[in-house]
Amino acid sequence: MTIDDDLTRDHLVGCLTFAHPATADHLEALRTRLAAAAQAAGTLDVAYRTVDTPVGPLLLAATEQGLVRVAYAREDHDAVLQALSVRISPRILRSSVRLEETTRELEEYFDGRRHSFDVALDWRLSAGFRREVLHHLPEITYGATASYAAVAALTGSPKAVRAVGTACATNPLPVVVPCHRVVRADGALGGYLGGVDAKRTLLALEAAA
Amino acid sequence: MPKLPFDAVVEAHGATVLRVCRAVLGPVDADDAWSETFLAALKAYPALPADANVQAWLVTIAHRKAVDVVRATARRATPTSELPDTAPAPAADDPDPDLADCVARLAPKQRQVVAYHYLAGLPYADVATLVGGSAAAARRAGADGIAALRTSYPGLNATTGAPR
Repeated sequence: MTIDDDLTRDHLVGCLTFAHPATADHLEALRTRLAAAAQAAGTLDVAYRTVDTPVGPLLLAATEQGLVRVAYAREDHDAVLQALSVRISPRILRSSVRLEETTRELEEYFDGRRHSFDVALDWRLSAGFRREVLHHLPEITYGATASYAAVAALTGSPKAVRAVGTACATNPLPVVVPCHRVVRADGALGGYLGGVDAKRTLLALEAAA
Repeated sequence: MPKLPFDAVVEAHGATVLRVCRAVLGPVDADDAWSETFLAALKAYPALPADANVQAWLVTIAHRKAVDVVRATARRATPTSELPDTAPAPAADDPDPDLADCVARLAPKQRQVVAYHYLAGLPYADVATLVGGSAAAARRAGADGIAALRTSYPGLNATTGAPR
């Protein structure tokens, strides 16, 4: 476009925006409607939303199969969505349509009223031994902890202590799959993908409930 | 560069596409056209080349959906495949319908060219592909449309068209 065109465009857009404000609320309503239509059409491959929790905003993402990703803010939610776009599908929309039950269960968990999660999980972001490790984590009782070595023993590979650490550090479903209950043998907390403070918060919450 | 999540596409282009739909169809049918546009775009998005001009792609879809909306409306009313001479009346809560009314009163082709070139930034060659005819004809329709708007809506002269 020429400079004249640019000026005309800017002014036209300005006047039309004033005449018909594409208000944030209106666009938000259209986006909600779009997500519902996409869900009905089977083209919503990944739905996501964020929820505020005592460990900061958590990003929740779900496929048709179930909850596929929980991410802490320090993982960078935009980067997580970009990775989902590459790994699963770019057909991603912000929508709570598939995440109402997960949201409710997380609220109950952070209120101390829920000790385990019942939502369907999509494990596709974890494979091999790491996935096997994660499958065993719900066996650690709510409010208890287990050492990396104890979890390695649970998997039947007692020497794979380091691999258990890696599995926990790359858990695509933190909080829901309780890698925060895995601590060091000497009683130290060990690392956590949500940060040590988040791990401490979750363990204190479970100890108090 | 990896393909952005579609939600980022809606975030970046949703407002522009809505403006284009409103200019072409008026506010009542614009919402339907917007929804149909992004629903179709979502479906086709995985196959879109990573280096594609996303806004031009969306406007192309919006044009087709606007034509569909007009045809559907026409089937319910009088048979015609042309855009209506005037868009539906603006919403009752419209704070200042003047310019939107003026756009609605443009000839259909002028309205489309103004929307696609001035609001969405498509080059005239691309606009001509959408609305038919040559790029030069599209350019003339755009210039005529803007001239008509300057006459009917003097506010548009405030910062444009003056000697610099």
